Amino acid sequence: MITLDCLGQRCPLPVIKLARAIPGVPVGEIVRVLADDPAAANDIPAWCRMKGQEFVAGHGHRFDVRRIS
Amino acid sequence: MGAQVYLDAASAAPLHPVAREALLASLADGWADPARLYAAGRRAQQLHEAATSVVAEILGVRADELSFWPSGTAAAQAAVLGGLAGRKRAGRTLVHSAIEHSAVLHAARTTEASEVGVDRLGRLDLDAWTTAVAAPGVALAALISASHEAGTVQPVAAAAAACAAAGVPLFVDAAQSVGRVPVPAGWSLLSASAHKWGGPPGVGVLVVRKGVRWISPYPQDDLYRPRPQGAPDLPAIVAAAASLRAVTAEAKSEAVRLSALVDRIRERVAATVPDVEIVGDPVQRLPHLVTFSCLYVDGEALLHALDRHGFAVSSGSSCTSSTLRPSHVLEAMGVLSHGNVRVSLHRDTTEADVDRFLAVLPDVVERIRKEAGM
Repeated sequence: MITLDCLGQRCPLPVIKLARAIPGVPVGEIVRVLADDPAAANDIPAWCRMKGQEFVAGHGHRFDVRRIS
Repeated sequence: MGAQVYLDAASAAPLHPVAREALLASLADGWADPARLYAAGRRAQQLHEAATSVVAEILGVRADELSFWPSGTAAAQAAVLGGLAGRKRAGRTLVHSAIEHSAVLHAARTTEASEVGVDRLGRLDLDAWTTAVAAPGVALAALISASHEAGTVQPVAAAAAACAAAGVPLFVDAAQSVGRVPVPAGWSLLSASAHKWGGPPGVGVLVVRKGVRWISPYPQDDLYRPRPQGAPDLPAIVAAAASLRAVTAEAKSEAVRLSALVDRIRERVAATVPDVEIVGDPVQRLPHLVTFSCLYVDGEALLHALDRHGFAVSSGSSCTSSTLRPSHVLEAMGVLSHGNVRVSLHRDTTEADVDRFLAVLPDVVERIRKEAGM
């Protein structure tokens, strides 16, 4: 599992990092994003919805996204 | 670059020419304290009564149900706090939508609050609302007529019916609707804000219908009669009333004209900007307002870039807010909050302004994305 450490980074940086990492992730794999920007909890699921990826779960500053396409 | 194009009427509409005239006239004529018994005071009192009648008639209420406050925020908070105080015996719960103005949310923190969500388009969950207002201990319910951040028009009539069935008074914050679109009946308290309709800033309107128990949250002589502390800004109130009369007369035709421009923005932005989310209900919406969010774009950078191109717009992105949190309205809807732009039109907005904005936007977004490595 790839982990992207975006702690301390302001939105939209965590979402940009996630979008850039996804092409290098095999379909079915999970990317974990660590982000403490208050917008991340809203914008990472919104990105998944817009880009057709699966938002698996979010706990605190940890967000798991599965590449499905 | 052409002249500055102001596209932020939802924050403050430019002063209507009629309001400017009325303001200047009443600065000369309405400076005295209307509570005094000499001629200048009586003249001021007459102006105050005339302004009250004009606004009351337009809102379809009695003049003695309406009072002017120092802002829409002050009026909204007086509605909530006074409405709660008046219903203390029924309970202390305030039911409110998740997309109320922050002034209402701040007031909600002074008591028990029960929040009702909205869907992806920003529409109130009516089933949850109906259940919430029927719960024991509910003193008051608050529903915004349409959010200034999403533009989706709320089902006020249905929400009011649910409140009536439960015996709970409904407060409607109609700041974005008054002067533009009718507000359905059935509410008990209503607030509005003059600088959203082309009046001067610093004039709020509060309506408390007859038979609704309201107790002032502020120390004053008559606790049962809504009125703000201190001397009213009478020239501003007179200008606000004059402006409301003028915009109401042209509201229907302006709504048609601006709504077509909003449709054009919704359609063109979706077609010309990749990875964009157009926010809110495309049909059940305010005529003059549209919000969209651009993936991978910093909202503050976007606002500054548009400002350099001569466009004044607003944003619900966290980097542009005083709290550094994303807009609670966008969060409640679950839509993208970064790269957010709100465009709100007014009577001076032309088709050419909108077309120039639409021509500039795609390159501005693309440049910011490129700088961010996207």
